[in-house]
Amino acid sequence: MNIKGKRYTRRDIIKGLATVPVAGALAYGLWRKSRYDRYRSGRLSKELNMSEPVSFEPPKTRGGDPLRIGLIGYGIRGEQLLRAAGFAHPELLQSWKEYAAMDSQDKRYSDFLEQDDLNIVVKGVCELFDVRLERASVASSNVGREGLNGKMGEPAKRYGDYRDLLAADDIDAVIIASPDHWHARMVIDAARAGKHVYVEKGLSRTLEEVYAIRKAVKESGIVFQLGHQGRQTESYVKAREAIDKKILGKISLVEVCTNRNSPNGAWVYDIDPRGNEQTIDWRRFEEPCEIKHPFSPERFFRWRCWWDYGTGLSGDLLTHEYDAINQILGMGIPESAVSSGGVYFYKEKEHYVKEVREVPDVWNAVLEYPDRDLTLLYSATLSNNRDRDKVIMGHDASMEVGSNLSIYACPESTRYKQQIESGLIRPEVPIYSYIPGRKDVDAVATATEQYFAGRGLLYTYRNGRRFDTTHLHIAEWIDAIREGKQTSCNIDQAFEEGITAAMATIAYKENRKVYWDRDKEEVV
Amino acid sequence: MNRPTFKNTQLTVLVILRVAIGWHFLYEGFVKLLNPNWTAIGYLVDSRGLFSGLFQNMATHPGLLDVIDFLNIWGLILIGMGLMLGIFSKAATYAGMVLLLFYYCSHPPLLGVEYAMPSEGNYLIVNKNLILFLSLWILALFPTSHIIGLDRLIFNRNEKTMQE
Repeated sequence: MNIKGKRYTRRDIIKGLATVPVAGALAYGLWRKSRYDRYRSGRLSKELNMSEPVSFEPPKTRGGDPLRIGLIGYGIRGEQLLRAAGFAHPELLQSWKEYAAMDSQDKRYSDFLEQDDLNIVVKGVCELFDVRLERASVASSNVGREGLNGKMGEPAKRYGDYRDLLAADDIDAVIIASPDHWHARMVIDAARAGKHVYVEKGLSRTLEEVYAIRKAVKESGIVFQLGHQGRQTESYVKAREAIDKKILGKISLVEVCTNRNSPNGAWVYDIDPRGNEQTIDWRRFEEPCEIKHPFSPERFFRWRCWWDYGTGLSGDLLTHEYDAINQILGMGIPESAVSSGGVYFYKEKEHYVKEVREVPDVWNAVLEYPDRDLTLLYSATLSNNRDRDKVIMGHDASMEVGSNLSIYACPESTRYKQQIESGLIRPEVPIYSYIPGRKDVDAVATATEQYFAGRGLLYTYRNGRRFDTTHLHIAEWIDAIREGKQTSCNIDQAFEEGITAAMATIAYKENRKVYWDRDKEEVV
Repeated sequence: MNRPTFKNTQLTVLVILRVAIGWHFLYEGFVKLLNPNWTAIGYLVDSRGLFSGLFQNMATHPGLLDVIDFLNIWGLILIGMGLMLGIFSKAATYAGMVLLLFYYCSHPPLLGVEYAMPSEGNYLIVNKNLILFLSLWILALFPTSHIIGLDRLIFNRNEKTMQE
């Protein structure tokens, strides 16, 4: 045989092509597999009818005059919020730059630089600890977003009394990151002064304050955002869609948790040795308190541990979990709440200076929604950091929600009975998973993908940008002010959060079941 | 060129080994090609050992990652075809060894090193990538595609040899 001038015997042809049939067999196998995958995905996605991934908005350009911001409180969270708004202390950025130079995996500095420019200026900062006030002022002027010796703008004016900051004409909006016992006064005064408000959670320290805050905000018409940055989490949006499409069947139990296991996580923060009666305005710090205490750096720096200033796990961490579920299920204020717990771990000598904390470090709350045939269970410990996802349990399926989302059919489901029997649905394999940033939601995620995603190893970047929900949450508030729109965690959402947390706190402190009278809007 | 001569059984086993490794590569490549969500990012980020920094860096550059995904998918497919069909087998064998070396170095089964993806067996120093690498080495030293495979039609015969 002649092919292009070459001559082959029959033996050459047979031996040359001997393994081609094997390739044919593989092609056939591959065709069968992809047909089965397509069939399974197609059947499932038809059954579940979930939509495309959440569209990812490109960075906005925010033109016009810069919005003028004031910051009240520059503790740990205040510093984080100011940074999420675009202003960080040069020393911090310098250290991040140096870490990045040593370790190319350290992306803190480059992530910070990639944050959108919100077109804001910080005109005023207020803080009761001189050292922090100074730092806040320097951070606010770091317009070049550089380390030491970078381009600095005009530093924000320093205020010792927030009322003076609110009275300033050159401030349009305030970010409030004070301890909880100050929230109500500050929000109400800011609203009355016509300043837009971003306030950290928990909304308030007491029940009465929740009503007062809502009244002031509604009357003023300001743009209000409560600091539950979880509102920006993509997977919650998909979770809500799955609920709306009734994929889980009738939901009767929701379990949410907090697990932490470090002094910082338990609010046993470092006590700054520079903090003394000359550098801290202690009298003003305690101004809202009914009972005044002698100067205590421990109380000042670790205020979350005492009822005088905060509400412990309730306002601090139950609220995050509650708000996430309220965003997904929209169930509002519970009909009743009980809670119990205690100071079980942080009572040893090494955990305090002079005073053992008052707020529990192990605490569980049960919120009942009989009108929805639903219980919301919150379980928290500050001395173990086992990873417990939020789980929404329905008759037909369970949904695990973290930064990813997985839905597993229940083996005894009514809706999926047939598909389980036919093998289309296997209860141990998710019928639906949502991994943020994934190109295609219809295809069933492979086991490999599940493993990597579950450990946060997939899609930590979206379009090359790592997402920081706090930055997105502040950006949403700033944009809402500019465009006259509503925020996602507005005063109505905040009211539900505030009342719910207050009910759970009262249940613990008064050791009783607490009820919500929906018609009278009263806690009884 | 001096090529080894084989007994029939030797030739048969070597060809089966070549085709089997080819099948393995080819299937891995096609499965990745057919999954629009496949990317090496998780695998690269999960790298451990001496070269982990290098592999993790690959994962964090989105542009580079696209190139790596493309090269990996088409590398697997072309190497698999080369081995299975015996076409450009020599190049495919060496390319396969390079790819396996990358896999091995990014996920060395060292004492005390854990990976996100659990393996189906137990490995210390020696794992399947290393065995595959060594198997390809054998195939490189004992090539068969000039006897069984398309290389026989491409390289073996020309008018000169036909006139012997």
